Amino acid sequence: MQNCMITNFKAFWALLGFMFVTSSAVAQDHGHEAHNEAAHHEEVAHNDSHQPAAHKEEDSETDIKAVIKETIDHHLADSYDFHITDGIGFPLPVILFDNGLKVFSSTKLNHGHEVASIDGDNYVLHHDKIYKALSTDIHTALDYDDHHHVTNEKPLDFSITKNVFMILVMAIFMFFLFSGIAKSYKTSLKPQKAGKFLEPIIIYVRDEIAIPNIGEKHYKKYMSYLLTVFFFIWFLNLAGMTPLGINVTGNIAITFSLALMTFIITQVSGKKDYWMHIFWMPGVPVVLKPIMAIIELIGLFVKPFSLMIRLYANMLAGHVVLMSIIGLIFVFGKWVISPAFFGLTLVLSLLELLVAALQAYIFTMLAALYFGSAVEEHAHH
Amino acid sequence: MDKLINDFSVGLFFWQTLVFVTLILVLRRFAWKPILNAVNEREESIEGALKAAEKAREEMASLQASNEAIMKEAREERERILKEARDMKNSIVAEAKERAVAEADKTITAAKATIESEKAAAIAELKNQAATLSIEVAEKVLGQELSTKNKQAEMISKMIDEVKIN
Repeated sequence: MQNCMITNFKAFWALLGFMFVTSSAVAQDHGHEAHNEAAHHEEVAHNDSHQPAAHKEEDSETDIKAVIKETIDHHLADSYDFHITDGIGFPLPVILFDNGLKVFSSTKLNHGHEVASIDGDNYVLHHDKIYKALSTDIHTALDYDDHHHVTNEKPLDFSITKNVFMILVMAIFMFFLFSGIAKSYKTSLKPQKAGKFLEPIIIYVRDEIAIPNIGEKHYKKYMSYLLTVFFFIWFLNLAGMTPLGINVTGNIAITFSLALMTFIITQVSGKKDYWMHIFWMPGVPVVLKPIMAIIELIGLFVKPFSLMIRLYANMLAGHVVLMSIIGLIFVFGKWVISPAFFGLTLVLSLLELLVAALQAYIFTMLAALYFGSAVEEHAHH
Repeated sequence: MDKLINDFSVGLFFWQTLVFVTLILVLRRFAWKPILNAVNEREESIEGALKAAEKAREEMASLQASNEAIMKEAREERERILKEARDMKNSIVAEAKERAVAEADKTITAAKATIESEKAAAIAELKNQAATLSIEVAEKVLGQELSTKNKQAEMISKMIDEVKIN
């Protein structure tokens, strides 16, 4: 019940965040279009360090807003290089399936300033996405429709992007962390080092999430999934709190993958009783049974869908709200207001730390609940 | 929704699924199973230790209780023995007293009887002595007055009856 309330509370904040961002985005859209498409961070630095003359102030404010929006968009989106701050970062490999396998460094795309020619095919980067270039000239490489959307074809893209890189790093980190803890038990059953902190959480997942929702009889085979998903989401959420500009769990492809796995595991482990409750609900008048079946069938897909959207929206909204408030420090740029926004950022960061754990908990909890419903056996009926 | 679909990256989805499934399998083998087994093992050993401690405590309590019972029994035994001894002493003393009294009574009675009989004998002796003496005296006195001895004896016993020595 309490979890439910917390979720609602968070959803409320997420909604607020979305409203805030959408409204500001709409308000800035006009100025943004007039502004150069490829607005870059160098300009942020430039605008920040040099206070423009009084008559130019209005102009520069629009600039700052556009730049902030650009920065937020860039932060939220995946990227082909690991960009930490100006001049610091490293390129990542681009892997394309387009007339055969093509692997090259993202430096060739030069942040969208150049067209990359690989084995006779040309590619161009635009808004953190790779398109097939129409020509080798950067100015004519892209084709736009009336709504200023790119109409170029996209190649099949399996690049090691920033998010993929982070997933790999996190997977390796988790492997060493948890296998290290596992090894420490060989010498003593007493938890040591990281185990002291993480073991209670592992036991919590087992005793408070898995066993109550799945049941003593079946919980064991789901523990690996539940523990992995919990720590994966939690650690990546926390990684998103660092200033490295990581937003893995706020990406729809990630949450879709996690939700899809949960969905598949649920359906595969579904017992007779589970399917019975979906297609021929017992204890309901026969007339209602087909209607119930339709509702249950919709529910079957809504459940993982809600998992996907909840995690995605919460993490995305958290990032958007935080970055917008940080952005406001630069928009006002006054010595009185900036500390106030700094304090607000700090408070919201603490909230986001809580949310990072909470979302991991909710995802794991609901996954366990769905597994539990799949393996549940009804003695009566 | 349009933005969601537009944002969806097949490549990222592919890598995420691949890495995550691998991660689950690897962690299951190298982390979760050993950790959960160790935790289980420890929980069981703790439970076992707690049960053993509980059992020891119970045994201790029962031992203490039996000790107490033995002590109590011993105390009671002592009390009983002491009481018995006291009773015996009392009864012996009483009996001794009784017996002494009875003995004394008997002795006194016997003494009294002896005294009585001695007294009676003495009186009879005295009477006889006195009678003999009297007769002799009377004989001598009355020798002259009475002629026969029979008359004299008759007269003397008549006189003795009249006298009636106390």
